[in-house]
Amino acid sequence: MSATATPAPVPAPAAAPQVSPLRRAVQRFLSNPTTGIGIVLCALVVIGAVFAPYLSPHDPIDQNIIDRLAPPGGDFPLGTDAYGRDVLSRILWGARVSLIVSLSAIAAAIMIGGTIGMISGYIGGRFDLITMQVMDVLLSFPSLILGLIVVALLGPDLVNLVVAIALTAIAPFARIARAPVLALKERAFVEAGRALGFSHIRVLFVHILPNILSEVLVMGSLWMATAVRTEASLSFIGLGVKPPTPTWGGMMRDGFENILDAPWLSIWPGLAILVLVLGLNMIGDGLRDATDPKLRGE
Amino acid sequence: MIGFILRRLIAAIPTLIAVLTVVFLIVRVIPGDPALVILGDQATPEAIAALHTRLGLDRPLWEQYFAFLGRSLSGDFGTSLVTNRAIVSEVAAVLPHTLDLTGASMVIGVVIGVPLGIWAALHRNRAIDIAARLLSLVGLSFPVFVSGVFLLLAFALHWKVFPVIGNARLDDFPDRIHKLILPAITLGLVMSAYVTRVTRSAMLGVLAEDFIRTARAKGIPWRRVVWKHGLRNALIPVVTVVGLYVGILIGNSVLTEIVFNRPGLGKIIVGALNQRDYTMLQGLMVIYCFLIVVVNLITDLTYGLIDPRVKA
Repeated sequence: MSATATPAPVPAPAAAPQVSPLRRAVQRFLSNPTTGIGIVLCALVVIGAVFAPYLSPHDPIDQNIIDRLAPPGGDFPLGTDAYGRDVLSRILWGARVSLIVSLSAIAAAIMIGGTIGMISGYIGGRFDLITMQVMDVLLSFPSLILGLIVVALLGPDLVNLVVAIALTAIAPFARIARAPVLALKERAFVEAGRALGFSHIRVLFVHILPNILSEVLVMGSLWMATAVRTEASLSFIGLGVKPPTPTWGGMMRDGFENILDAPWLSIWPGLAILVLVLGLNMIGDGLRDATDPKLRGE
Repeated sequence: MIGFILRRLIAAIPTLIAVLTVVFLIVRVIPGDPALVILGDQATPEAIAALHTRLGLDRPLWEQYFAFLGRSLSGDFGTSLVTNRAIVSEVAAVLPHTLDLTGASMVIGVVIGVPLGIWAALHRNRAIDIAARLLSLVGLSFPVFVSGVFLLLAFALHWKVFPVIGNARLDDFPDRIHKLILPAITLGLVMSAYVTRVTRSAMLGVLAEDFIRTARAKGIPWRRVVWKHGLRNALIPVVTVVGLYVGILIGNSVLTEIVFNRPGLGKIIVGALNQRDYTMLQGLMVIYCFLIVVVNLITDLTYGLIDPRVKA
């Protein structure tokens, strides 16, 4: 947390004296090779997802029985599946589901969990104690099992997947947002804001929020990696977005069923998942190193 | 020690009740009408009413809640809607397979992760450290079903070192081990990635402490400082992570069991999902919660063993 370095004596906009730590963090972030690789990996996936209609050589859903289980090469760079669908096109389109589900789920978890954590830390006392106990209970569930049951009960579709994955990530974000608020609410700028007659809501969301944002966003990219993994895992079990919509986990499932005849069917989507998850983890790691004062030493 | 254990046991009861409450909310309240979920949209009103009576859904919600709580706490996890057998006995039949898998993978995770983490911490920012960090990042980025399928392709289908199907017989020990290796490596590698990272950062934290410098200044050999003074203090976060990781491990073991076609809790869960065996899902969820609470308890007790200050 960079804010601790410069105590603000007057209720000036909190950002002003922090420019140099921020710039230092950005520099450290960019000078880290891990982050660079992470950004490249994620950019590959995002470009593939956004331009899927232009990049795909074939229709991802069109079945073509004559070309079924064609090995990679020629007309089908990564081969075809058991229905003769082009694997490359399906991977490009499948990136969309992965990104949409994980982004929305983590955005929802940050908003809900972050708000719960901030309010809980700000109010403090018994309310805080009970809220955090509830969050701990939620945290103790195995997230894949929780997601699995929720999707199974609600029915597998895009929205329910987002709900299920968001539910598994609310508690961690509540914890992450709460901790710094406990310290920040005692600071002079909060008191000054209150003395100026600002409402608690305004102090919390206009003055305290910017100070915890970096920490929450770092965790956001790490949790997005988990969300991608969870979505793929649920699809692999058969609880993903319904076919014929291509999803990476669903493609792994199809590939697994044909593992003896067509091993490439499970290799390509597996690599695609790995690229995205690894990319997100690398960015998250780099961000954390860049913003964590404890790691600055030496 | 006995008093410490007793206090922890009593403290676990409210947690258990809270966790069970969440399970009840999830399985009973989220789907609206569970009978409709089980029978589908086309069910006749008579069929739905019959299922309501059978599952006790016609009684008021609070009554259902307390009945559920009472049954769960007394160890009655219900019967399967499909096979009509007690869920406990269905689970008990396959539990050894799941325990084999999770136990072996935890051992692999710790045996690889702890030394690698220490080694990396002692050579901070040198080649070994960078390699360990990169490898652990790759390791924890692999969804287990992907690494499982890749290992299966390489070692079972291409080189044929291990069997494709991990349907081990419990009474045949060599067979049991042989079919355990590949799934256990799949799960263990992911775990070792987590353990490496935590051990490394915990060790770095401890090595920067004053008492380490004091120990060095007293003339204690570096090796002894690292193992006696450093490791013991770095172990607490490692134990925490291993404990927390059990939740992930349970989820991952489901996927691993599917990939390697092993009997176990994972296959039961997927079977229950496919057959809409609602009571089975609820019972499994409760069993998982019991497991998690027990693991948390063991984690707490382990703190007491590592660090005498915890017992206070």
